[in-house]
Amino acid sequence: MSAENSVAVAFDRAAVRLGGRTIWSDVSLSVAEADFVAVLGPNGAGKSTLIKAILGLLPLASGTASILGRAPGAAKGRIGYLPQRHGFDSGTRVRGVDLVQLGLDGARWGIPLPGTQGRKRDAARVAEVIDLVSAAAYARRPIGELSGGEQQRLLIAQALVRRPKLLLLDEPLDSLDLPNQAAVAALVRRICAEEHVAVLLVAHDINPIIGYLDRVIYLAGGGALEGPPDQVITSETLSRLYGAPIEVLHASDGRLVVVGEPEAPFVHGDRHA
Amino acid sequence: MPEAAAFQGLSWNPLTDLHQLFAYQFMVNALEAGTIVAVMAGVTGWFMVLRRQTFAGHTLSVVAFPGAAAASLAGLPLAVGYFGFCGLGALALGAIAGTRRSLGAESAAIGSLQALALALGFLFVSLYHGVLNGLDSLLFGTFLGVTTQQVVVLLVVAVAAVGLVAFAARPLFFASVDADVARAGGLPVNALGLGFLLVLGLSVAETSQITGALLVFALLVTPAATAHQLTARPMLGIALSVGFALAVTWLGLAFAYFSIYPVGFYVTSLSFGLYVLVRTGRVLVHRRASARLALEAA
Repeated sequence: MSAENSVAVAFDRAAVRLGGRTIWSDVSLSVAEADFVAVLGPNGAGKSTLIKAILGLLPLASGTASILGRAPGAAKGRIGYLPQRHGFDSGTRVRGVDLVQLGLDGARWGIPLPGTQGRKRDAARVAEVIDLVSAAAYARRPIGELSGGEQQRLLIAQALVRRPKLLLLDEPLDSLDLPNQAAVAALVRRICAEEHVAVLLVAHDINPIIGYLDRVIYLAGGGALEGPPDQVITSETLSRLYGAPIEVLHASDGRLVVVGEPEAPFVHGDRHA
Repeated sequence: MPEAAAFQGLSWNPLTDLHQLFAYQFMVNALEAGTIVAVMAGVTGWFMVLRRQTFAGHTLSVVAFPGAAAASLAGLPLAVGYFGFCGLGALALGAIAGTRRSLGAESAAIGSLQALALALGFLFVSLYHGVLNGLDSLLFGTFLGVTTQQVVVLLVVAVAAVGLVAFAARPLFFASVDADVARAGGLPVNALGLGFLLVLGLSVAETSQITGALLVFALLVTPAATAHQLTARPMLGIALSVGFALAVTWLGLAFAYFSIYPVGFYVTSLSFGLYVLVRTGRVLVHRRASARLALEAA
């Protein structure tokens, strides 16, 4: 494999503007394949915007981006994406296994013929990926009846089913309790290694997942920094990024506490734009 | 004419009654039309309930009423009015959905469209003084006077619509349950939504011609909702939805044939009864399961 291919995501002096407002600019970063990277930062810093720019759903205002060696949007088939969501409500009468199956053939037109080689291969892959996320026990129940953590595992399976080289997870831990957050982070860590896939995971709180991460991307103050967690999340680095004094405290239990984060300006509409 | 053609009322002999049911051409036409409509309504209804567009579907059925009234007023075949207005209604609903406002604003806009449609229907009926005799059947359906030509039109439209839904089945299912991921995967989610509304408009236009504009739900919603209650498996659910729609249509037509009450009443009551039965059954099964769990825990 060439050196080009070993970089999953590369941004060079990239900027995104939304409705006349610059969300972030001059962002340069690189994510290697099989890296587990957390995307952090305060509300409104443009974390989801970064994911959408990687998917090619939002154009860059300036700079360049290379996703799996190609322009954003050109590598859709090799990217697994889990958008931010509030979970399926209890009335959703769709089975987890069907949802995972949609990740495989949901974009195919025409009528599926039962019993063909292709269908059998698809079913085997769906079963395999459900096993990978340890969801076999509840995959055949309607997803609306499952807990947040169970739903999240099946959605990760859906994102993984086409063997992507890059996995984009937008706040998958948002609605989970702390033990479940750590469990899902451990699962993602394992998938990174076993499936050799680069993962970008947008998170609110780094603490439940910090032990599993390779690197972090910290978005704030209209810019971004990227590096190993212990180098990025320091008082000096974050103060430079925010352009304001920031203090990173190390609690006695090993937790990191970031003090002095200015709130991003409130924007009406999509709070994660 | 064979002697069985002489209508004798219900004999309680199944063979004789079945024979009577097919004795007249109008009844054969009605059964054929009902079968076509039930299959189409069963398929599109299943997707409509899945997409939670029951209110949009109801609005399309209300739009069918001024369509039929306008066609009578203009001296055109009713089918022209049904298909024309339901098609326009679907485009209007698509435009409302395309603005991507909040769900509340969307349903308010759909409700306003519905009120306008009813008012227009009433206006057309008032303008056409002679229509009052037909008003009942426009609203509540009739199985009398379905011509062979109408059956052919119903069949062509239904085959085209069900064919389209089958061709787009997986992308439509994907876009319905997981729009964001489907869009990120490159599916034309908005075009699928508009296309589905148009197919739904065709379904409503067809169903209206049997059940009447106001009782479209008996075939479009209730069988599909019952199927969704019974299973979360997509293929099985669609099959059940079609099966229920066929059963209530055939039974409804047969009951109406042997009695003095309208077909819309029978179709609606039968599908409602089926829905209540299934809901109750599910509640009971659920209760028993929780009771067993509680017992095991104790």
